[in-house]
Amino acid sequence: MSTHTEFTQTEVPDPGANDVYATSVADEQASEGAHVFNAAGGDWNDLVDEATSLGEERIVVNMGPQHPSTHGVLRLILEIDGETVTEARAGIGYLHTGIEKNMEYRTWVQGVTFCTRMDYLTPMFQEAAYCLAIEKLLGITDDIPERANVIRVLMMEMTRISSHLICLGTGGMEMGATTVMTVAFRERERLLRVIEMVTGLRMNNAYIRPGGVAQDLPPGCIDALREMVPEVRRGLGELEALLNENPILKGRTVDVGVLNLAGCMALGITGPVLRSTGLPHDLRKLDPYCGYETYDFEVKTRTSQDAYGRLRIRIDEMYESLKIIEQATDRLQASEGEHASVMVADKKIAWPAQLALGSDGLGNSLDHIREIMGTSMESLIHHFKLVTEGFRVPAGQAYVGIESPKGELGCHVVSDGGTRPYRAHFRDPSFNNLQAVAAMCEGSQIADVIVAVASIDPVMGGVDR
Amino acid sequence: MSDGDKNAKGDVVADTTTDQSSGLTSHEVELAQDRTPAEPEVVGVRHGMFGATAGADTTGYGGLVRPILVAGASERPYGGYFDEIADNLERGLVGGTASYAEAVDRVVVDRGEMTIHVRREHLVAVARVLRDDASLRFEIVTGVSGVHYPNRSGEELHAVYHFLSITHGGRRIRVEVSCPDDDRHIPSIVSVYPANDWHERETWDMFGIEFDGHPALTRILMPDDWPGHPQRKDYPLGGIPVEYKGATVPPPDQRRSYN
Repeated sequence: MSTHTEFTQTEVPDPGANDVYATSVADEQASEGAHVFNAAGGDWNDLVDEATSLGEERIVVNMGPQHPSTHGVLRLILEIDGETVTEARAGIGYLHTGIEKNMEYRTWVQGVTFCTRMDYLTPMFQEAAYCLAIEKLLGITDDIPERANVIRVLMMEMTRISSHLICLGTGGMEMGATTVMTVAFRERERLLRVIEMVTGLRMNNAYIRPGGVAQDLPPGCIDALREMVPEVRRGLGELEALLNENPILKGRTVDVGVLNLAGCMALGITGPVLRSTGLPHDLRKLDPYCGYETYDFEVKTRTSQDAYGRLRIRIDEMYESLKIIEQATDRLQASEGEHASVMVADKKIAWPAQLALGSDGLGNSLDHIREIMGTSMESLIHHFKLVTEGFRVPAGQAYVGIESPKGELGCHVVSDGGTRPYRAHFRDPSFNNLQAVAAMCEGSQIADVIVAVASIDPVMGGVDR
Repeated sequence: MSDGDKNAKGDVVADTTTDQSSGLTSHEVELAQDRTPAEPEVVGVRHGMFGATAGADTTGYGGLVRPILVAGASERPYGGYFDEIADNLERGLVGGTASYAEAVDRVVVDRGEMTIHVRREHLVAVARVLRDDASLRFEIVTGVSGVHYPNRSGEELHAVYHFLSITHGGRRIRVEVSCPDDDRHIPSIVSVYPANDWHERETWDMFGIEFDGHPALTRILMPDDWPGHPQRKDYPLGGIPVEYKGATVPPPDQRRSYN
């Protein structure tokens, strides 16, 4: 471990008036000749003795990447003076898996399986953003069946609640409140059970597909939803009773991790952090997609600009999501049994087979297998071509931004007219929002760093991709 | 996207059925037909059906040659709020370092999205007007996405910025800047949009575009001593062949596949 972070700079910025980070140059000059303590292989006591003899309290500490409270493999480089953080920087990249590069070597449909693994707590949102972008490229945005859109909204809102619950649960656990964690995970399980019932998987679902969704709701799903919503609402009440007026929690979160509206705008922060400054910015209202304009819900804001406000916003948003889930359930029940399709009508794009649960697991429905194997050679060829070759997407580019639980999730896809994405780029909200760590933490206590980072709710799978 | 959609919706046809005689999809046929305002631009040629180009053609599809067409420069009116944005940008640039005609190479309206191609030396001036002009007021830039087109000589590397205006009800525009591969420099807009800091570092890391004026342009996702820039098309995907029941499956980038 080196206490002096080094940057290999290719282009030394001109320290003129245009340099927005002029202080960093000043810091370099100030730290010239400063002592660098090397902790590698040495005795920690020697280091302490050496630091004590200098009469200096200022040291640089790496918090992470293996620290349990840094949300996975986030590395925080903190310069501390006693208990006070004087400088904070975030180091990322420890979970970089090259998903975007990999997607360039698979068909458009296979890309869903990759991007769902980016932010693993919000799989539905990456799938939705990616599929909406492909649909924009194909020009079939208006051809998506109504039922598919309602199912998408339903799945996204369930995922939003489960993501917020993780944020609260792990955030609480990091502050020492393990009961918050157990309650949150218990409630999340109710949602995951329904998600598993619909998609077959708890996470990494690959359920939303270009043109619609992978399959219709299974029998009994509406009942499960009707049963789940009041239970989750009760659980949220329990969380609220535990958190809202808890003096310890308020002592830890009120006026911690403060970032005002100007700071949010400068750093491009979106999501609950931005809404905690009082700006009701929500892409579901501002730039609706999947028919969000037809649902009745509110954008929750607070004006405290701190970690406590963000926590309350997340709780309030979960109630709003439950409202949307109820409305979506009503609509799905109304259109049930009408053989309403959940896939676009264009057979050159739509996935040929609906999945069905057989005695040996999930697979192509028996009706479909009977057709392609027994009656229609053309169906077989069509199925084979579409699954192995995929569909071609006209050349061009598209960008779609949607409101993920963490902020604006953007997807920029470029096609060269082939069967695979020429480039797929995801603008992950956590990646952008982590830039606020320095602004939120500098000048505060070390313990507040944990709370401030938890209030951003970063997921490194999405940050590093 | 509200108004812009209506304009371009009709331009895009979902049907990707291949026209047997020319090998063009119907969308490409439509683009190829002489139609205003967007004259299509040929950006490349596609040969055969499969990605593998080494060795003799054993597939029988080698004779299939298709141009890759993308929407070209649009003529006014662009439709929707796009004309207003262009007007305001033109007015906002007056008195600055560059006029609209100097800064903007062309405007492309495609699929309900407006792309302003800006010459790289004037990017910062354009970004400043986009942020500061009250009639434009794009508060948020949602990062920069690099794209590598090895076959477009003189503009191999593209940096694509997406702007969002909350003040004006969720208007979005795209600004695209290109640079040649042997002079990979694009000015940084971090001085205007501090949010772009990490995004530019990522694009440098993945594509090797140097953003001049960035305060600390270092790698962000790859290790500091990593050679090469992984998202470039000349950088291999990597991977090892996998043996399964005696047969060997090559890594994804070496398999014969449709392209």
